Amino acid sequence: MKYKLIFSIAWSLLMARWRQTLVAAIGVTFSITMFIGLLSFMAGLNGLLDGLILNRTAHIRLYKEVKASKKQPIDLANKNSHNFIASVKPKNERIEIYNSATIMQTLRQDNRVEGVAPKITAQVFYNVGMLDLTGMISGIDVEAENKLFLFKDYVIAGNYIDLKNTPNSIILGNGVAGKMLAQIGDVVQVTTSKGERIPLKVVGLFQSGLLDIDNVQSYCSIATTQKLLGVSTNYITDIQIKLKDITQAPSVARKFENIFEVDALDIQTANAQFETGSFVRTVISYAVGITLLIVAGFGIYNILNMMIYEKMDSIAILKAVGFSGRDVNVIFVAIASTIGLVGGFMGLVFGLGVSALIDQVPFNTASLPAIKTYPISYNPAYYIIGAVFSIVTTYLAGYFPARKASRIDPVIIIRGK
Amino acid sequence: MSKIILETKNIVKYFLEPVKVKVLDDITFSINEGDFVSVIGKSGCGKSTLLYILSTMDTDYEGELILDGELMHDKKEKELAQVRNEKIGFVFQFHYLLNEFSVLKNVMLPGLKLGKYTTAEVEHRAYEKLKILGIENEALKKPNQLSGGQKQRVAIARALINDPIIIMGDEPTGNLDKKNSEIVFETFKTLAEQFNQSLLIVTHDNEFAKRTHRIIEMEDGRIITG
Repeated sequence: MKYKLIFSIAWSLLMARWRQTLVAAIGVTFSITMFIGLLSFMAGLNGLLDGLILNRTAHIRLYKEVKASKKQPIDLANKNSHNFIASVKPKNERIEIYNSATIMQTLRQDNRVEGVAPKITAQVFYNVGMLDLTGMISGIDVEAENKLFLFKDYVIAGNYIDLKNTPNSIILGNGVAGKMLAQIGDVVQVTTSKGERIPLKVVGLFQSGLLDIDNVQSYCSIATTQKLLGVSTNYITDIQIKLKDITQAPSVARKFENIFEVDALDIQTANAQFETGSFVRTVISYAVGITLLIVAGFGIYNILNMMIYEKMDSIAILKAVGFSGRDVNVIFVAIASTIGLVGGFMGLVFGLGVSALIDQVPFNTASLPAIKTYPISYNPAYYIIGAVFSIVTTYLAGYFPARKASRIDPVIIIRGK
Repeated sequence: MSKIILETKNIVKYFLEPVKVKVLDDITFSINEGDFVSVIGKSGCGKSTLLYILSTMDTDYEGELILDGELMHDKKEKELAQVRNEKIGFVFQFHYLLNEFSVLKNVMLPGLKLGKYTTAEVEHRAYEKLKILGIENEALKKPNQLSGGQKQRVAIARALINDPIIIMGDEPTGNLDKKNSEIVFETFKTLAEQFNQSLLIVTHDNEFAKRTHRIIEMEDGRIITG
């Protein structure tokens, strides 16, 4: 087959009705642009919302829960019977993790683990004049916390690293600071659960975006917190683990639970609802995007159909002078594919443009101090999907009219006059 | 005796819609190289139907059609397209030129499709054909800028481009005035007598038919004379 000739005929037919061609191509361009723009924006937002949870939550949290032992002494003594025990109570156990240093050492060498951050939680009262406000202090390894959970992004005043460098320092929750009228450089008093009253210097303010948390939560370094609680330097209540592959969290959590004889909570169990939301949002954005492409496909289908009715005579004569049905088919598929390729390519370019534009729109939210503009995901996968889909829809939209054209019987057309 | 280029044996054709009607009945004849044949008959006698069967565009018939020694009946659509391209030239009542292309390109199209010559050669040949028909000066115009007679001559040039063994015409002068009809007739006559080109022209213009070499007269789907 002489493709050069076929394509030159297709090109002439295209250019003979260039306005129609342009409208069809603009239809494709528009839908691909919207597809890319919408998906990038939705994915960006999704990433942001996921980040709200994922950035701050450990993939696996190792801790000791206060609960009754699963193995009661009677079960050991009387193995072959079923034992009924009433009113079982949990033992008064310490909530620290035994051997925490060794566990962390082991975890750091595990190649599934990206990072480990220890944590201590302590119940305190913030003293404001005669008032005592209940609160919670988390003792953190400042550098590890920043590396794994982007601690810096939530510190809205002061420098986060001062928490490590200044002894007896505290980063107050924004809500707490407001109530205490405390500013950076002030010294605030906190009372521990054991009744000791300790002065701490405010080196920063932090805002999580969740008011309930900002009203109670503050951060100290691990050493300061241990001092507050009057415990030894190996006292750790939580080990937060970030994995390289988040999907492995549930199975890895079960393994750690057995190996280290602690409780392990994975992120999927802790935040089941968030994954559902994220999934549904993705489905919706794909559904809208693909609908746009299909609508554009029908537009092309209509235009080609009309073109075939208009060109009925030309098709008949081409067949009469020796072009086969297949040649005619290729001509019309070539027309459709040209519209698809050009329109699709322009769509990708404009899609990138729209994404870049949205990326510049200011977006200020209390919960995300680090975000200044609307989030956009520049994932190349969307561009690939858009390109493939534009080619496939236009091919299909061209294929059926082309098949019709190839089956036109020249006798009927020529005699019809 | 010169070579037989087109032969039919017992061709029968029915129209099935709206009721089954026999439109062609037992058509048997042959055309020799260099014959200038006209087919006449009243409207509805089946002469156009016969032409479309002979042109291989209509394949729904019984009987045998032999073109240039080859039986057409069992050929596929693509092979028939090839036959039309290479061996048959068409001139219709309407010129059927493609307005998207220049006159020259219109004439070249079947030649390019055949692919026997390079594009430059096809272009040269197209100019020659246009020269024979006296319209080489219009080569770069679009068909819709030409007069009716000129368009029909372009259509004849297009029919000639691949040096077909036969030119078939379906009322080629039916849409033209006296003067242009005369030009077209003279063109056909020249082709037949000087270039030994076979022609088969369906017409209902008896004046036209009388001046051809041979007349086939049809009535009710049968050949009655010729």
